[in-house]
Amino acid sequence: MASRADKPTRRARVIVLVPYLWLGLFFLAPFAIVLKISLSQAALAQPPYLPVFDLAAGWAGLKEFAAQLSADSFKLLASDPIYLLSYFKSLEVAAVSTAILILIGYPLAYGIARTARAWQPLLVMAIILPFWTSFLIRIYAWINILQRDGLLNEVLLRLHVIDAPVAWLSSDTAIYIGVVYSYLPFMVLPLYATLEKMDESLLEAAADLGCPRWKAFWLVSFPLSLPGLAAGALLCFIPIVGEFVIPDLLGGSETLMIGQTLWTEFFSNRDWPVASAIAIALLLLLLVPILFYERLQQRSLEGGR
Amino acid sequence: MQRGASPFNIVAVALGLAFLYLPIAILVVFSFNASRLVTLWGGWSLTWYRELLHDDAVLEAAWISLRVASLSATAATILGTLAAIALARMGRFRGRLLFSGMIYAPLVMPEVITGLSLLLLFVAFNVDRGFWTIVIAHTTLTMCFVTVIVQSRLVGFDRGLEEAAMDLGCPPFKTFLTITLPLIAPAIAAGWMLAFSLSLDDLVIASFTTGPGATTLPIRIYSEVRMGVKPEINAVCTIMIAVVALGTIAASLMAKRGAMRRDREALGAQV
Repeated sequence: MASRADKPTRRARVIVLVPYLWLGLFFLAPFAIVLKISLSQAALAQPPYLPVFDLAAGWAGLKEFAAQLSADSFKLLASDPIYLLSYFKSLEVAAVSTAILILIGYPLAYGIARTARAWQPLLVMAIILPFWTSFLIRIYAWINILQRDGLLNEVLLRLHVIDAPVAWLSSDTAIYIGVVYSYLPFMVLPLYATLEKMDESLLEAAADLGCPRWKAFWLVSFPLSLPGLAAGALLCFIPIVGEFVIPDLLGGSETLMIGQTLWTEFFSNRDWPVASAIAIALLLLLLVPILFYERLQQRSLEGGR
Repeated sequence: MQRGASPFNIVAVALGLAFLYLPIAILVVFSFNASRLVTLWGGWSLTWYRELLHDDAVLEAAWISLRVASLSATAATILGTLAAIALARMGRFRGRLLFSGMIYAPLVMPEVITGLSLLLLFVAFNVDRGFWTIVIAHTTLTMCFVTVIVQSRLVGFDRGLEEAAMDLGCPPFKTFLTITLPLIAPAIAAGWMLAFSLSLDDLVIASFTTGPGATTLPIRIYSEVRMGVKPEINAVCTIMIAVVALGTIAASLMAKRGAMRRDREALGAQV
């Protein structure tokens, strides 16, 4: 059997080649172009950058092209504090949100894994269902609630918790609420997947040996759930760093997250080289977590367990 | 793991679900509000749905989104299933590490990076941006989700079935069609649905890769939402939620019936 699987026939080669070429062309190759444009300079032209690579000029054209490349965009990123603050803000939001997501998601996943087997598919479905509805809708739903004359202020005023309406919207609090709300399924599902597979006899053994329940959790369940916890945390942390929609709709305008800065540079300032440089720097920043996530995926999907 | 849930477990689950569903429920209820103000309840009404019927811009955007989503989901399902078969069944082929890297990276890649890089690719090759560039962009993003879903199914089922068929002289391609494909069909269907809803949902990548005349529904909603809350948007959102909920319930019922039939057949085979 192994020999049959290892010797690719012509048909088998096509199976690999088609998606391979697609991803190579539309996922990998674009990064080379982003890198190239990040080393270009903005210009009032169409497309709005220089130099434009001219294949017709041949080797001489290539040399001239290389001579015109510059690191100006990256120098700008390093010197103007707006960009550095943006990166820090994004890392901070992603780190704090991921921590909150673990605090909310872990008890939720653990609770689902401990309910009767018959109920579990239904509860998992209940976690997934909001994820199938539009992301934009879910953020919009929170604008309804958090705005000045929104429901949260209304309820809090009626309950006399607050005396005057609080400006929830356009604040970091609103960003955290939106991020945690949107990414909760991404934290719960991988956690549930590891918790659900856990061998219950381990906990029974611990109980038989006189280990209290909380200690058994801490010494047995928690360490065994770490791969799921890592997968969930990375699945949330990495995209949150580059998040655009949530901070744009819910956040304030003092410090922008890096996704917003990239968006503004690209769409408002039309400075494509700086936008590309921001993307490259963001990619380098996230390279280690992305590689770590890939290893986790490979192990869980290809290790067979 | 199933030693009964403690009260703490039950409270955690209940609170978690309330957190997930309350905002959506509020949104749906207020789409039927007669008053234009979001906090003031003016009684039940279908006003906003009627206004929606005359909002040509939103209807046009919804139509474009549906077409983009069905085309890109179909392409993504074909490409993603091929990639899943390659990863789960081909053993070690040349360039496998790069291949799996390209499959898993888009799952977590920030959308602004994917969107920007695809746009710059289209500009570099002088492609007119519009409907088809969004389809290509969404296909690229969603095929990776399809791959992961189908791959986990391929890894999960008993390979003895395939091996038995081939040992009995069934050629590999026929084995795939008659044994493997029916077994992974639910995963392929789930993959298509996920790809469809991801495409319907995407704002960032579509904003980068769109061109004149190709305003998708999220782009439209986004530009309206930036101006503030409008009851018409609540109505659009409610319709989208209803479509998704009905689709999901129908799919899970179908999957359940399929599973029951398989169970019965498996029982019959044992007896």
